Formats: sequence, C-alpha cells, structure tokens
Amino acid sequence: MGMTLTEKILANHSGNKQVKPGDNVWVDVDVLMTHDVCGPPAISIFEKEFGEGARVWDPEKMVIIPDHYIFTKDKYANRNVDILRAFAADQNLPNYYDVGTDRYKGVCHIALPEEGFTRPGEVLFGTDSHTCTAGAFGQFATGIGNTDAAFIMGTGKLWVKVPETMRFVFDGDRLPPYLMAKDIILQIIGDIGVDGATYRTMEFSGPGLKTMNIEDRMTLTNMVIEAGGKNGVVEPDEITEEYVRKRTDKPFTAVYSDPDANYHSTRRYNLEEMVPMVAKPHSPDNKATAEELEGTELTRAYIGSCTGGKLTDFIAAAEIINGNSLKLDTYIVPATTEIARGLETERFNGKTLLQVFKDAGCKIGRASCAACLGGPEDTFGRLNSDEICISSTNRNYPGRMGSKQAQVYLASPYTVAASAVTGKITDPRVFIQETII
Amino acid sequence: MIKGKAFVLGKNIDTDQIIPAAHLVYSLEDPEERKFYGRYALSGVPSEQSGLPEGGIPLVPEDKFETEFTIIIGGPNFGCGSSREHAPAALQIAGIRAIVSPGYARIFYRNSVDGGFVVPYESFEDLSSKVKTGDELEIDREKREIRNLTQDESYPIKELGSVADIINAGGIFAYAREQGMM
Ligand code: SF4
Repeated sequence: MGMTLTEKILANHSGNKQVKPGDNVWVDVDVLMTHDVCGPPAISIFEKEFGEGARVWDPEKMVIIPDHYIFTKDKYANRNVDILRAFAADQNLPNYYDVGTDRYKGVCHIALPEEGFTRPGEVLFGTDSHTCTAGAFGQFATGIGNTDAAFIMGTGKLWVKVPETMRFVFDGDRLPPYLMAKDIILQIIGDIGVDGATYRTMEFSGPGLKTMNIEDRMTLTNMVIEAGGKNGVVEPDEITEEYVRKRTDKPFTAVYSDPDANYHSTRRYNLEEMVPMVAKPHSPDNKATAEELEGTELTRAYIGSCTGGKLTDFIAAAEIINGNSLKLDTYIVPATTEIARGLETERFNGKTLLQVFKDAGCKIGRASCAACLGGPEDTFGRLNSDEICISSTNRNYPGRMGSKQAQVYLASPYTVAASAVTGKITDPRVFIQETII
Repeated sequence: MIKGKAFVLGKNIDTDQIIPAAHLVYSLEDPEERKFYGRYALSGVPSEQSGLPEGGIPLVPEDKFETEFTIIIGGPNFGCGSSREHAPAALQIAGIRAIVSPGYARIFYRNSVDGGFVVPYESFEDLSSKVKTGDELEIDREKREIRNLTQDESYPIKELGSVADIINAGGIFAYAREQGMM
C-alpha cells in the first residue's frame, strides 16, 4: 500500500520498508535544534544521564540558535546564553550562532532554512513547538521537550508514533493580492479547532501551492501546531529545490506522497474565494473575517516572529504603510539578522523598507523572538498591561505576549498594517484594491 | 494508587498558563531556583478560571512553593502551546502527580511521559464539569477508574497504551536502560 510523505520519511529513517499510523518507531535524527530557553535544561539532563565527559552523538547535526531572551537585563536569561556558549565550545559544535557576534541569527525557525538545515526528506527535531515550520521544505520536523532532546544528544535517535495524515488541498490559480498564507492557516485552524489536528500530520497540496513562495509555505506549516498538529508538510518542488540549493551543498533525497496513500481526511480550499481572517482573543481558533471585526478598537500593532516576521511579511506591510501616518504604536521585529539587513536593502517605491517604517513612526526592534512570547518585563514590544494588540504572530492565549490583561488579535501582516493606519481592525482590501487595480 | 485533592481547570490550558514564559529563566537543577517553578505553576490561568467551578483559587498560594492539590482535572486539549518541558516539570515541582483530561496536546503528553514528571491519564468524558476543586480523588490504574470520594462517584479512564512501559520505567532514560539501548 502507498504511503504519505511523512510515513515515507519515518520508514526511511527507522529501517522499515513500510510504516502505518499508530506504529511506534525509533528514527535516526538528521538535525537536532535547540535554543536559549530549552537548551540549558536539555544540556543538564544530557550531562546527568550520559555522565561527565559525554559527547554529542554528531556535532555536525546539532544546531544551537539563541533567540528567545536576548536583549534583556535579566540575569538568569543571560546566564542561559552563557551555558550554551560554554557547551558549544566544550563539545566543538560548529553550528552555534552566538549572541553578540556576526554569527548571531535570531528566530531559530527562520535561521534554520537560511543556514541550510532544512532539507527535503530529512528528520529534524527541535526543542520548540514551531519546529514544524521546517515541514515547508518536505521534511519531517516536530517539536520535542528537553528530555527527548537530551536523549537525542546522546544517541541520535528518538521514538515517534507514526501520525495519521490530514490533507488540505488548495485549488485556484493565484493568491488574491490581499490574501496571505496567514489568512489561509487562520481559516483552517478556525475550521478544525486548536486540537483539530492533534497527533496528526497536516499535509498541504494542490495546484494553489504553486502560487505560494517558500515563505508563504513556511507560514502554513509554522502554525500547524496551533491546530495541535504533530507536523506539517508541503511536497517539495522547484521552488523548494531552488531555495535549499542556494543554502547548502549537502545532498538530500526528496520524497513524495504516493497516489494511493491513505489519508485521515481531505479538505479543499479555493484560494480565490478566501478572505482576510483574524483570530480573536484568546484562542487561535476564535475566527472571524477582518471585515466582520471592522472598527474594533486597538492600541498597538506588532509585526514579527517566525510566523509573521519574514522579509515578505515586511514587504507586504510596507505596501500599506508607505506614505501613511499611523494611529497605533507599531512594532516591527525582523525574525533574523538576515531579514534585518533585507529591510535596509529591499525597496518599495524607491525607499528602503526600513525608511518606510521609520517615516511612519514605527518602532524597530532587533532580530529575536521579542514580544511574541512576552518574556522578561524589559522585552521589546511586550504587552505590559491592558493593551489591545493586533499581531502577525501565532498565539493569543491569555498572557502570551505579556500581561494576562492584554488582548491579542492575530492577523496577516496586511491586516495588521491596515489596522495600524486606521487605528481599528481593518480589512486590507480597503487599501490593496486601490493600489492594485 | 494516586490519591489526593482535585484541582479543576477548563479547556485549552496552554503552556503559557501552566508556566508563564517570563519564569522560564530559572534553573531546573539548582534546588533554590527550582522551587520557583512550583510557586508559579498555573499562575498564568486567569483568576476566574483557576480552581473551578468557583474560580479564584490559585494552585499554589502566593507565599508558598507547593500546593495542597495532587490531581489536576482539565478540559480538552490540555497542555497546548509551546514545547516547554518546564510545564509538566512545574506541575510536578508544585506537587501534582497526575492529570486527567479527555485529551492532551501531544508535546505536553510526550514530555510528561518521557521526563517522568506527571502521569497524563485520559478520561472518556470531560470531567471538569463534574469534579469540584477540593474533591478527594483516588486513581485506580488497575481498575481503570477514578473514584471521587467526596461525591461518591466514579469515572472510567483509558488504558495508558503503548506509553505504559515508559511510564512504568519512570521516563525515557530509565526505559532505554531497561531495554539495553544505552
Ligand atoms: S518567534 Fe515566537 S513562536 Fe517563533 S520561536 Fe520565537 S517565541 Fe516561538
């Protein structure tokens, strides 16, 4: 019988010809990623369980990317980065991206592809729930805890229960000019609920995907976890190949779902009929269209994170913000240093993106997770009281961006930018149809 | 047999509510710092939803590091959100031994099992509207039921299934050693 892309990768990596949903298999790990919040506890479990002097199973395969609590005075947070630095030096880990150096990257899920660690057909685990982002490259990628990470550090292996696959097929020849992948995934999460894909794979396919660039695809797989999914995958194609080849020479073998593979379910969406979506407080599945919420009062706008802080997200925001003055305090946080440099080189109407944002009075932060998860009190953009924020990030559970009193609306960078201009939730079609037609 | 007082929560209790991100900086090894995970366990739950049905009951009183409750009864999708293992660890440090929910977010479930922190039991129905915070419960794994001594009721729970071996061993490392994998 045929297998899905995910089943094939798990079969290939566990020495099995065939696996089926529900099987528990031990897989060989191609890449293990960790960061400053979960790395230090994983390291101490590793040292405790494998003994003093234990070595990481394969230094080339371990990637450490500090990104969460970077620009803070919090002494414990800074100590965590010190622990990573010492460990990387002690274990001779080549793939450590240290804070305060030229190598510093920022948000791990965007740094991983930039540095060539997301390769089709491979298995990647990370100590962060949004590790599923890397599925956009046709690999099996999922988040794990510190104990599991420590286990991999010593053995290079981990057990996985083979998930069932839910298929999401996109029809349509183009992504309408006002629609972003964020709208699509918010619609899907709203339809199936925050536990609608628990224990399962979400596989995205169909002709509509051809119209989505690699960053759009990353937005889809990034938020699979907000539906409870174990992993998300997009079949690799020329777009994937082109991106990955630019970033690494390492060989890889892409795999594809068989035509007779078994799916848990199939849902179809016609991209051309979809509209800008918002997730209301306090849950990512609390959906409404931007139009329905039109006029909702806000006090802040935030564009950043692994979900909505990529270069194309800022290009989108700049299209709307350019030349306008803003009614909301608007925070711009590039996910990585590479994207931060992109803000200075990418141009819109002759101005750099950075200039567009500065002219409009936006506050510009440094590459990191920043206020996406609140963090220490002095974190850039953190919601410290009862702000009402519209954000291009991924979670709006109580207290996610700081204070329990704050309210967070999740939306696409277009919708966030449109709302920043008017001061209220605004459907971006108000702006975009004018400029496109 | 796990026995003790119930602490009841609603649905979609995410990891930021279990242990707010601002507290993730403490060391889990250092005995003095570790205690803070107990103090702040479930401190992100909005007050009116903490300790149902009445609400307004913190898991751990403000000046304490441990709780008087032993078993958490949660609604569906317990532990959704981030992959932080600090979440089941914080509950264990606070003194919780088991959770009962009709369904878990998978990373939380996996972390609870592989780290040997708390036992995540699955109920057939959502017990968060039946059990009251403070009820005396008894989890009988053999008979696969929870007895509510306060209300004189019992509720069936599911078998632990394929992860039972890891839970019995006390976590993934203990299991791997038993199996001769390391
Ligand atoms: S940007 Fe936000 S969601 Fe992404 S890794 Fe950082 S904290 Fe997590």
